[in-house]
Amino acid sequence: MAKYVLRVGALGYLTVLLLVPVGMVFYRAFEHGLGPAWDAVSSPQAVHALELTLLIAAIAVPANTIFGIVLALALVRTRFPGRGLVNAIVDLPLALSPVVVGLALFLLYGRGGWLGGLADDGIKILFALPGMVLATMFVSLPFVVREVVPVLREIGIGQEQAAETLGASPLQVFRRITFPAIRWAVAYGVVLTTARCIGEFGAVSVVSGRIEGKTETLPLYVQARFEGFDTSGAYAASVVLALLAIATVVGLRAFQPREETT
Amino acid sequence: MKVIWIALLGVALLAGSAAGASKGTTINLVAYSTPKDAYGKIISAFQNTAAGNGVGFTQSYGASGDQARAVAAGQPADILNLSLDPDVDMLVKKGLVPKNWKANAHEGIVNDSVVVFVVRDGNPKHIKRWQDLIKPGVSVITPNPFTSGGARWNVMAAYGALRRQGKSDKQATQYLSKLFHHVPVQPDSARVALQVFAQGQGDVLLTYENDAIYAEKKGVHTQYQIPKATLLIETPAALTKSGLQKPAAKAFYKYLWSATAQKAFADQGYRPVLKSVAKKYHFVRPPGLFTIDSKRWGLNGWPKVNRRFFDPNNGIMARIERSLGH
Amino acid sequence: MAYLSVVVLLPLAALVWASRAGGLGDFWDQATRPEAVAALKLTLGAAAVCALVNALTGTAIAWTLVRDRFPGKGTVDAVIDLPFALPTIVAGLTLLALYGPGGPFGINIAFTRTALLFALLFVTLPFVVRAVQPVLHELDTEMEEAAASLGARPFAIFRRIVFPNLLPAILSGVALAFARAVGEFGAVVLISGNIPFKTEVSSVYIFGQLQAGNESGAAAVSVVLLVISLGVLLAIGAFRRWRTHHG
Repeated sequence: MAKYVLRVGALGYLTVLLLVPVGMVFYRAFEHGLGPAWDAVSSPQAVHALELTLLIAAIAVPANTIFGIVLALALVRTRFPGRGLVNAIVDLPLALSPVVVGLALFLLYGRGGWLGGLADDGIKILFALPGMVLATMFVSLPFVVREVVPVLREIGIGQEQAAETLGASPLQVFRRITFPAIRWAVAYGVVLTTARCIGEFGAVSVVSGRIEGKTETLPLYVQARFEGFDTSGAYAASVVLALLAIATVVGLRAFQPREETT
Repeated sequence: MKVIWIALLGVALLAGSAAGASKGTTINLVAYSTPKDAYGKIISAFQNTAAGNGVGFTQSYGASGDQARAVAAGQPADILNLSLDPDVDMLVKKGLVPKNWKANAHEGIVNDSVVVFVVRDGNPKHIKRWQDLIKPGVSVITPNPFTSGGARWNVMAAYGALRRQGKSDKQATQYLSKLFHHVPVQPDSARVALQVFAQGQGDVLLTYENDAIYAEKKGVHTQYQIPKATLLIETPAALTKSGLQKPAAKAFYKYLWSATAQKAFADQGYRPVLKSVAKKYHFVRPPGLFTIDSKRWGLNGWPKVNRRFFDPNNGIMARIERSLGH
Repeated sequence: MAYLSVVVLLPLAALVWASRAGGLGDFWDQATRPEAVAALKLTLGAAAVCALVNALTGTAIAWTLVRDRFPGKGTVDAVIDLPFALPTIVAGLTLLALYGPGGPFGINIAFTRTALLFALLFVTLPFVVRAVQPVLHELDTEMEEAAASLGARPFAIFRRIVFPNLLPAILSGVALAFARAVGEFGAVVLISGNIPFKTEVSSVYIFGQLQAGNESGAAAVSVVLLVISLGVLLAIGAFRRWRTHHG
């Protein structure tokens, strides 16, 4: 009985808060038929924006995943002074509004900024790919860490220690014992990171310079479509973003061993 | 982690060298979002002229203030078209735009517009005059004047119109306060405000005439009223110091006042500043039109207006906004 | 650590540096303006409520997705992250269309603080769900089954066995949700109405300051927001350690 109450409650909440708005986006995208929607997402500009979005995600997601696993291990399995502080700082990028992330990167890499000189040496950070990647990494940093840390705590160190006493090398321990245990957490972390990377608008918008056909990602393209009153095009491009996020979940699920998906 | 850094640096170097290797001149255009479609036409027309043959363009469109800040932080820009003078003046202060940028026949203004009332079909609430906006039950949509340049034109249009009707400074300020009590939502930009209105919020939207016309062209149904007394919106274009180094950029800047370019602006709903082009369009000139510099109605130009009305701490609008929450 | 420094700490340091450009007195002035304080209170309050609601609903959703079976479960699981992948302008307009005046459900919460909370709940939905799911996957059902066979009621099982194990994950998700709610910008502007003192959140206030050319003011308010957020996040961490030692 309690199970059904929970199920109805959880699904009801999800329906009102999530499914209805998302359904609305899909409806808006296709209310004028498939043609205009397809045109909007198959224009060269849209395709370039999609490629750029994927490229940024392809750099930022692996970087943050590796970093996330390493930091989670460091936070849970080792002791160092300031551990609690580092633990809290990891979440801070989220608390910063995107406009402020942009401002901070301007202050750092912009004209007259601390590292502003790099631009004169021919290393373009702002208004080019590196700046956009940095901004994306910044806003999507905490997810893998946050997913992995609680699982590492939950599984404890018994098995790892046992393996070590049996003479396994640290790498072997990680590969055979630790990683299999945290793979769900890593997977969900990757899902969140990817969704955030492809959907990020504010900070990327500020540091990209919004140069058409060059530094325009898909969310920026959506914005541009809205400004041009091409509402269905904007919603169609949003649907592409939504599908990318869904594809990540489905793709990762394919890698999960079957018996666990109860 | 090192690998990632090396990869990043590699990408950076590649991007840098790719930018340097392009042949011919490239003009970097940085503009606010509205005139985008017009520039599409103007650029291809320019590339068919002798001066524009083989010239490449990079185009960047966004909120005027965001664009100015990006340029200040180092975004390459040769030609600017922003939504109001203070955004250009900010770059003058940073030494990126020459002080005399207004020294041409049109004082650096490429096109005009006016502040209008966009209303629902058939104007069911009979909104024609500024006083109609503060009638009971009327809800007004305007962007937030602290985040949107467009909203500042709206505020000053309201204030100036009241002054022009013979009201005192105090009465006009009180009107602004009443007006903002009729505003249920203050979106962060003019275009978002229009989207919100198009979705069915509010009885009247304060916006630029060109946006109303452009929205209509794009299939967003709008009907608008030009109040008798309203503000002339003037949008500036400027050559930056880097633009002055490029003959092609100088030629393109001049081209913005050609008949072709002015026609492209007019087709998108702007009022052309070139008289010969303006004649061919039927823009109604309201009898009580005034500019942001009109001393008679207490406006005195952007620097003074910004200080008096839009200082985020002591400005008149800051005080009005403060009173809304209580 | 180097990665953390370059990606996160350097930009934050630049921000702190800019906030003190006008001196300490100026910093204090900027951060204690009535609008700034009102926006800070609203932001932190809304973020706290949002995080608490998420703790409850997120755990329930995660439980349903891992332990329950029903048709369409896979689809529901796949769409949890969507609030994230949708550009904020889309989220804002959609929420306004649905829950504003003239929406299909006849509920109008637009331009109120309820609406603000609603928008925040939308954008923070995935955090607790995604944090609790992997732990539930790892958690052995044997203990629960044993307890059940000994006659323990479901609620007692949850409270005594499941909940203590889930707590670190829930707190982890809550921390993320709180942080994100503090920083959220785009989606909340439209549905909240963005009226100072009533529904203007800090991120919008900061944007206004920036637009007015007041860079150090914008940085000052951001730094205050950051320091308070850091305090809350540290407290969440401390609470978790205390629970694990004394729980």
